[in-house]
Amino acid sequence: MKLIWALMRRDLKLATRQGGGAGTAIGFFVTVIVLLPLGLGPDQALLQRIAPGALWIALLLSVLLSAERIFQSDFEDGSLDAMALGVVPLELVVLAKAAAHWLTTALPLAVAAPLLGFLINLDPGVILPLGLAMLLGSLALSLLASLGAAITVALRRGGLLVSLLILPFYVPCLIFGVAATTSPDLTKPSLLMLSAIALASLVLIPIAAAAALRAYLK
Amino acid sequence: MQQFANPARFLKLAQALLLPVWVAALVAFAAGLYMALVTAPPDYQQGETVRIMFVHVPAAWMALMVYTAMALASASAAIFRHPLADMAAKAAAPIGAMFCFLALVTGSLWGKPMWGAWWVWDARLTSMFVLFLLYLGYMAVWQAIEDPHRAALIARIVAIAGFINVPIVKFSVDWWNSLHQGASVFRMGGPTIDERMLWPLLIMALAYMLLFAGLLLIAMRSEITSRKIRQLQLAGLAGR
Repeated sequence: MKLIWALMRRDLKLATRQGGGAGTAIGFFVTVIVLLPLGLGPDQALLQRIAPGALWIALLLSVLLSAERIFQSDFEDGSLDAMALGVVPLELVVLAKAAAHWLTTALPLAVAAPLLGFLINLDPGVILPLGLAMLLGSLALSLLASLGAAITVALRRGGLLVSLLILPFYVPCLIFGVAATTSPDLTKPSLLMLSAIALASLVLIPIAAAAALRAYLK
Repeated sequence: MQQFANPARFLKLAQALLLPVWVAALVAFAAGLYMALVTAPPDYQQGETVRIMFVHVPAAWMALMVYTAMALASASAAIFRHPLADMAAKAAAPIGAMFCFLALVTGSLWGKPMWGAWWVWDARLTSMFVLFLLYLGYMAVWQAIEDPHRAALIARIVAIAGFINVPIVKFSVDWWNSLHQGASVFRMGGPTIDERMLWPLLIMALAYMLLFAGLLLIAMRSEITSRKIRQLQLAGLAGR
């Protein structure tokens, strides 16, 4: 357990001190949201209608943008080999790194989303369900991103492949995530489905991603 | 299954099976198309356009079946280390993608006169499109990774993870309100479709399945041959 904390602390430190990690994702997120009304025109009613979807799409793309970073540098400098040889099972290493990614990228985005919603006239009544849905959904997004990152870790042109492989898995998150924000109700089936996706990914994805990493490490 | 692990034995079997499979496919296609286009009655609501069903529905079934077969082959490659299972999954992917594409295109052609739109973003259509993306992603993995052993390991994970979409496609019309009609053949309580339409549909499905079998045998044979060539080339380089 202590070792897992150490792994997570290491990743958090790297993400915050190197810059470029969380900062890039948030910058991208803000850029999309700010450019959106400029591109669509300042019609308040239209913006209110598309605000939850726009925030979700911006979240998906920002997470995807930072996905490559989860394993790549550790794979290139050999730290991942050392982690695979260590006492911590590779599945838990994956979980720790995905958690670090979630804490530094997806979670700040999910917290920032309702605030940025004011820029695009988000209905104040849906702020709570949107925040909750994004909190749960971003966990699934981070885990899925780590699976994509593990599958393409050693590939030179991995970016395009990550998008193609992970996009199908992001579609349900997007559909249920946006459906959860249609009314202020907090016990909607879509929100429950989103939690189910997040929990299932939490269990299954470390196993799949660790299997993919082992294929590259041996 | 293990006795077919020997590629030479598999090749011999494939060679023996190919001709009968092609003949049967030809007969099934001739009979199925004749029944679908001539003897089947037009629908009381849709008129003659209902004949698109006989091309569209079996293609969609096959797209799902081939992906299921790919996932099963990948799982058996991971569990039993069957040496031909990865090759079977790899060879099946482009064929399945073709069926999926055919289902999407014929569905689109059918949707225009019936729904008034080439494409609607509803649950069945979207999940089918996602299935097509999964096929492309799976094939891209084999393309992107040069070492075939490593590519096989990664492709297995992709195929098994993507299988989650198959039940979603199947039950999408029950779970969500969909423009697409519900199941009328494989459902609890028996098919609700008229017998004069059911038979041509089932024969067309059989024809598609035989076509898949023939194409799969050829694709697996060429895959085995190309691996042999690769081995020989490597051996030639090592001996020099």
